Amino acid sequence: MTTAAPLTTTPVSKTEGKKLSAAATAKKKLTSPWASLAAVVIAVLWTIPTFGLLISSFRPEDAIKRTGWWTFFTNPLVTFQNYEAVLDPNEAGANLPASFLNSLVMTIPSVLIPLCLASLAAYAFAWMNFPGKNVLFIAIFALQIVPLQVTLLPLLQLFVSWDIDGTFWTVWLSHSTFALPLAIYLLHNFIKEVPSSLIEAARIDGAGHVSIFFRVLLPLLTPALAAFGIFQFLWVWNDLLVSLTFAGSPAISPLTVQLSNLSGTRGTAWYLLSAGAFISILVPVTVFLLLQRYFVRGLLAGSVKG
Amino acid sequence: MFVQRGSSRSRIALAGALSAGLVLSLSACADDKEPSGGTAPASSLAPIDCAPYTAFGDLKGKEVSIYTGIVTPEDTPQKESYKPFEQCTGITIKYEGDKSFETQVLIRAEAGNPPDLAYVPQPGLLQRLVATGKAVEAPTEVAANVDKDFGADWKAYGTVDGKFYAAPLGANVKSLVWYSPKEFKDNGYQIPQTLGELKTLSDKIAATGKKPWCAGIASGEATGWPLTDWMEDFFLRLNGPEAYDKWIKHEIPFNGPEATKALDGVGEYLKNDKYVNGGLGDVKSIAGTEFKDAGLPILDGDCSLHRQASFYAANFDKSTKVAEDGDVYAFYLPGETADSKPVLGGGEFVLAFADRPEVKAFQTYLSSSTWANNKAKVSSGWVSANKQLDVANLVNPIDALSAKILQDPKATFRFDASDLMPAAVGSNAFWKQGTSWITGQDTKTTLTNIENAWPK
Amino acid sequence: MFTTATTTSQKILQMFAAILLFVAVIGLILYIASRFTGKRDRAIAALYLAPTVLMLSVGLLYPGLRTIYQSFFDASLKNFIGFDNYTAILTDAEQLTVLRNTAFWVLVTPFLATAIGLIYAILVDKARMESFAKALIFLPMSISFVAAGVIWKFMYEYRPDQGSIKQIGLINQIIVWLGGKPIQLLIESPLNTFLLIAVMVWIQAGFAMTVLSAAIKAIPDDIIEAARLDGVGPLGMFRFVTLPAIRPAVVVVLTTIAIGTLKVFDIVQTMTGGRFDTSVIANEFYSQTFRSDNRGFGAALAVVLFILVIPIVAYNIRQLRRSEA
Repeated sequence: MTTAAPLTTTPVSKTEGKKLSAAATAKKKLTSPWASLAAVVIAVLWTIPTFGLLISSFRPEDAIKRTGWWTFFTNPLVTFQNYEAVLDPNEAGANLPASFLNSLVMTIPSVLIPLCLASLAAYAFAWMNFPGKNVLFIAIFALQIVPLQVTLLPLLQLFVSWDIDGTFWTVWLSHSTFALPLAIYLLHNFIKEVPSSLIEAARIDGAGHVSIFFRVLLPLLTPALAAFGIFQFLWVWNDLLVSLTFAGSPAISPLTVQLSNLSGTRGTAWYLLSAGAFISILVPVTVFLLLQRYFVRGLLAGSVKG
Repeated sequence: MFVQRGSSRSRIALAGALSAGLVLSLSACADDKEPSGGTAPASSLAPIDCAPYTAFGDLKGKEVSIYTGIVTPEDTPQKESYKPFEQCTGITIKYEGDKSFETQVLIRAEAGNPPDLAYVPQPGLLQRLVATGKAVEAPTEVAANVDKDFGADWKAYGTVDGKFYAAPLGANVKSLVWYSPKEFKDNGYQIPQTLGELKTLSDKIAATGKKPWCAGIASGEATGWPLTDWMEDFFLRLNGPEAYDKWIKHEIPFNGPEATKALDGVGEYLKNDKYVNGGLGDVKSIAGTEFKDAGLPILDGDCSLHRQASFYAANFDKSTKVAEDGDVYAFYLPGETADSKPVLGGGEFVLAFADRPEVKAFQTYLSSSTWANNKAKVSSGWVSANKQLDVANLVNPIDALSAKILQDPKATFRFDASDLMPAAVGSNAFWKQGTSWITGQDTKTTLTNIENAWPK
Repeated sequence: MFTTATTTSQKILQMFAAILLFVAVIGLILYIASRFTGKRDRAIAALYLAPTVLMLSVGLLYPGLRTIYQSFFDASLKNFIGFDNYTAILTDAEQLTVLRNTAFWVLVTPFLATAIGLIYAILVDKARMESFAKALIFLPMSISFVAAGVIWKFMYEYRPDQGSIKQIGLINQIIVWLGGKPIQLLIESPLNTFLLIAVMVWIQAGFAMTVLSAAIKAIPDDIIEAARLDGVGPLGMFRFVTLPAIRPAVVVVLTTIAIGTLKVFDIVQTMTGGRFDTSVIANEFYSQTFRSDNRGFGAALAVVLFILVIPIVAYNIRQLRRSEA
């Protein structure tokens, strides 16, 4: 690696605030108004599609189908019908509160399990020596490309033989498995950049792998875990494919399954998806906003290289 | 199943009270809706007479799981129609609707995790499901019901390798043309009785400067299917039912003179820029227009005619009146002559993966005319090919029309060909090549490409 | 505990039970590992990797190998046909278009998404309302594909230039405002492929921005300060300071997006269904396997995906070697 940074064991301190503002002033002199303009342009371009959906979700069915959402500004027609229809179990046939809970119950273990397993594995790959290490690492990395569809049939056969089909276990186990290759790849990239002097120092003090992992690495890594955690959270939360096969039954089906059925047998009620989509976005965006600060610090700690 | 047999003494009172409450609450929600355009149930099945169900015995505590592609809002009348059976026998029906049913049911069946009953919308898929070895043959009671109340052709669609597996459930009529009764009245247009008259009518409307037809074949990964229906309707009309059957079985090639005649016949309408695409654009726009939006220009007066199945009624919003004297209605897509009445249609079939007594009992109920009439009373946008179906029970005029077409003794019914052909053709090449045909590919190339995709 | 949870409390209890069970397994692994004293890496590594290797072998490796095996069989998977499926992929005109489109996707998406993510990360770095600005770009990542399909319908939809008919797609509305005629955006090939790619870039730029922004913040201030005192301009700063410092993160982002792009099929499936020459391998694999009942051919397409990822793997191996050298 090319970064030759001084060793920092305490990445966050009170002086950091001042340093940042110093850097910010330095930065300001370098940024031209064109740069700000470019940032605004990108932000606007990226937001407009979602904004259109937001506006649409408050427009009546007929208006959605016949006029563009921007006509809202010249002819504002506001209705909560779409939200009412989506939230009313008798109207849409979808029980959103129940499936909301199902989504949460599915997602939380499916984030925690692969995170723990992947950090153990990533640690082993980064800081241990054993034969076949690189081959195994590359093999795991390459498994990312296996299309999930080919795994569904064999996995379901296995779950049926274990008699856990139709339970949350199928989803937890399969999502955890599918997450591992990318999780190990990303975490390995951060773990291996922890200064080796830190690890060595701990070793000289007589620490074993377990205590090095917990006392030295985990504090540095927690924020990086938060970072991968949110990505995994989003993937599981938004997954349709795995849930359809393993958790299609109404008792345990998540939001995405209910959402995709919301538009009706022949897609007639597609306009209802606008409201449905916004309800399903709420949780991931909240999680992102809450975890964002960990995020930034997390990858920061990881990229320091001695 | 690990449910215990319980005492049945208090069951009728309790179950009755519980489900009556359910029915009441459901009907309360349903009552404030217009029955015309939407698919909301018009009324629930009021006082239930348990007499027809005593033969099924006591099924208290038993469960039957159903897996189907019928989702909201069409699932409500489905569930509603099971209520009398549930109340009188004590059985619980677990209903799972899933839009990805067609791909998922195969995975589940192969993995050994199938539902008790699946509603299969295509005979082709039925054959693939039977091939997994997990399906069970229909019980004799079901076969007897089907022999009694359905035509032999309908029984044949549920039969694989000489064994009868699946009884028909619902049906739809595809040979319909949607129009605006008001426009016809104002301009003195007559409902055409032959294909020739349809052409004359189209020319007449086109002469006013209006594009008479609107069409759309986009439908996500299934884009192209509405075109296959067009071609099948024309094949049936121009070549007759015997040639149609041979075409499905590949006894005549897909790209033979019959098919060429049929597709060119469609081309006279859909590739004619004087005729299409009313309110939607040029010929090419047919490929990009969602099928569910394609008939809506009729309401705005931008288009006069739209060929689509009976289930299209659900696409008009609740304020639209679907009736002979309403905003929009449909007429039968006529045959070559006024006497020939070929009808193209589709439907679902009930395939069982278990032969427990309660599954058999429910399967039998579904194949009975009792169920068909129960279902008719709570549905809108639904018919059955059951001959005992009383047309008077159908609330929606378009359903009554469909039922009349199906029950007409002069009608020759044929099932949607693409649902009967091998999947590589019926669910792939036919759709894809049909779409390319709309965007400019010639008839010969199109048909040859589909012929080449036929599994050897 | 291993049955279907039906009530709310059962569901939550089962979730905690699963987490506890899992914690117990990890605890056991760590306990056994701590029994090994000294530098017995092999045994400890085996313990640390055991659950991962087990899960991956069952969940991904076995299905992957099974797919490779199936790719040499015919549609029904009953008759061995050698390389016929592969020959078909490489000779059939339709499949060649699929390969071409996949090449467009994998060449354009990672670089464009990463470039936009990087530029944006630099532009908003330490700006006012930075976290809000980032949340805007991140938003598309949190939208499911089901919703994204509807969102982009409001961008790309076409309505004809007839009478009183109004556009409902923004892009065509802008064309009309500018005095042009509306275009059937999703039908015109190859424009449509790039419009679909734009959706993927829209989703993935948030990922790139988040990771790269964090990497940029990790660049020590004194390096920047030193460069600035040396009179390095903004572009020079980017070229000689920022870029080298965040290189590893860029590689990670490019790799992840490239693999994600190879596997994407939802966008194509919902927006064009793979018609109008827009299909990509992942979508074709899906339609051949599940729609056409052409399993052997579908499996061969999946194997082509495995093959396409080899260059990406190779590049990462090189990076790995370099970082260890």
